[in-house]
Amino acid sequence: MDGRIEIRVNGKVVRVPADVSLAAALLDAGTAAFRASIHGAPRGPLCGMGVCHECRVTINGVPHRRSCLEPVVAGMEVVTGE
Amino acid sequence: MSDAIATTSAGASSGRLRADVAVIGAGPAGIAAAVRAADAGASVVVLDEGMRPGGQIWHHRTRAGLPRLARDWLDALDRSAATVVCGASVVDIEPGFRLAAEVRGAPLTVDAGTVILATGARERFLPFPGWTLPGVVGVGGAQALLKSGASFAGKRIVIAGSGPLLLPVAASLARAGARIAIVAEQAPAAAVRRFGAGLWRTPGKIAQAARYRAAFRATRYAWGTWATRAAGDDAVREVTLTDGRHTWVEPCDVLCTGYGLVPSTELARLAGCAIDRGRVVVDARQRTSIPGIYCAGEPTGIAGVEASLIEGEIAGLAAVGRARKAIERLDAARRRQRRFADRLDAAFAPRAELRSLAAADTIICRCEDVTAGRLRPEWSQRQAKLYTRAGMGPCQGRICGAALEHLFGWDAGTVRAPAVATRLATLIAEPTPDDAGDCPTQNRTKGAS
Repeated sequence: MDGRIEIRVNGKVVRVPADVSLAAALLDAGTAAFRASIHGAPRGPLCGMGVCHECRVTINGVPHRRSCLEPVVAGMEVVTGE
Repeated sequence: MSDAIATTSAGASSGRLRADVAVIGAGPAGIAAAVRAADAGASVVVLDEGMRPGGQIWHHRTRAGLPRLARDWLDALDRSAATVVCGASVVDIEPGFRLAAEVRGAPLTVDAGTVILATGARERFLPFPGWTLPGVVGVGGAQALLKSGASFAGKRIVIAGSGPLLLPVAASLARAGARIAIVAEQAPAAAVRRFGAGLWRTPGKIAQAARYRAAFRATRYAWGTWATRAAGDDAVREVTLTDGRHTWVEPCDVLCTGYGLVPSTELARLAGCAIDRGRVVVDARQRTSIPGIYCAGEPTGIAGVEASLIEGEIAGLAAVGRARKAIERLDAARRRQRRFADRLDAAFAPRAELRSLAAADTIICRCEDVTAGRLRPEWSQRQAKLYTRAGMGPCQGRICGAALEHLFGWDAGTVRAPAVATRLATLIAEPTPDDAGDCPTQNRTKGAS
């Protein structure tokens, strides 16, 4: 192994370093729209420290998790752009 | 005196903890407070939202890359009997005190006779057209994402904002392989030079500043220059910069913006602590206006890591009634750091032009998509909430609050629980010992004996 783990982002398997935050992993995977604003505009991380809530995603079926505060975990199911 | 901690002997954390002292925030101030209080014999629980202790300034994946000072304090926290719970957001403080927290979706209740607020600071964002596009991130935000493992290698980055954070962040992004197109500081050259000249009063900062500048010598640095607009379809592609006379467009993959730091005072406001000009009011022992609640570090005024450590040490010792000697030893340094903070505020005060950047259709409240055109200058922040829901979304006004204060002079007003958007279960649950499930507690077996 190369210190990477697999998570699923919108159904696709993505290999990410094991010690990064989910927000970092999603950025490196090319995710632009972490969530959609209430009027449907794409939004991504702003503060990087859990204050702005712009990096919210659904993790294992639980909505509105702040991806900048979540460590990646092997097998994690992530849905973005909601 | 560590019998009060209710971690179970099986190692699984319960949904309820009891301690003499609860410290909220595990940045420098919280760590120093926890170490001093625990080493004096108090049982201590530390709650922090991050993945590891260290706060933003000492955010890390491995300790090897941290400065010596950071490693020493983190090691001291490890050695102490304090129980550290990471991933914990405190949403309410009830008298007594009872803290309601959420740990990765599970409720946690902490009962403590004394509370030390070490909730740190956040960036001040000032809205301009396009600032909600993905790829527009905070200056400190970019630093935090970099430290948590994001790669900025090969990205073309414009840094436009204000304050001493711009240079170190430019340096670390450049070291990570990013191409820094320009660093634009909105403050006029004269103000920055005056600030630089005053650094001799806090000599440690001179070496710091020189190191940062050396790290990106080839980068363009412009004083008196600010971003007026970001543009792109799904993400930022270019940013318009101006120095008031010339205006030009810089292509970029990432725009870092941010206008200094503002104290995070929500929990202090929630608990009813007196606030003055956005800062939590404390006495020489770091006591707030509410008996039993102390506050240390950036919430009492933005002054940096040295001041935070000093205030944290004093708060931790004061919480166990042993602050007298520490105050004698540290008070002069604390006052020196406070003067540094005042000079910082003056040098990097946002210029008036930044108040008129938002167009009618520019979003001010990002949570509720409230545009500038819907807000009326004659309102209060409370009226804006009632009429437009500005500040009513998940961030609870943490982002738009500072912007609204800058744009309209509105005070942040009162805070009600939950201080952070939370699952309903956290508010209504009367936790049983099994409720919190797999709560990621560091050192959790300590103090259980």
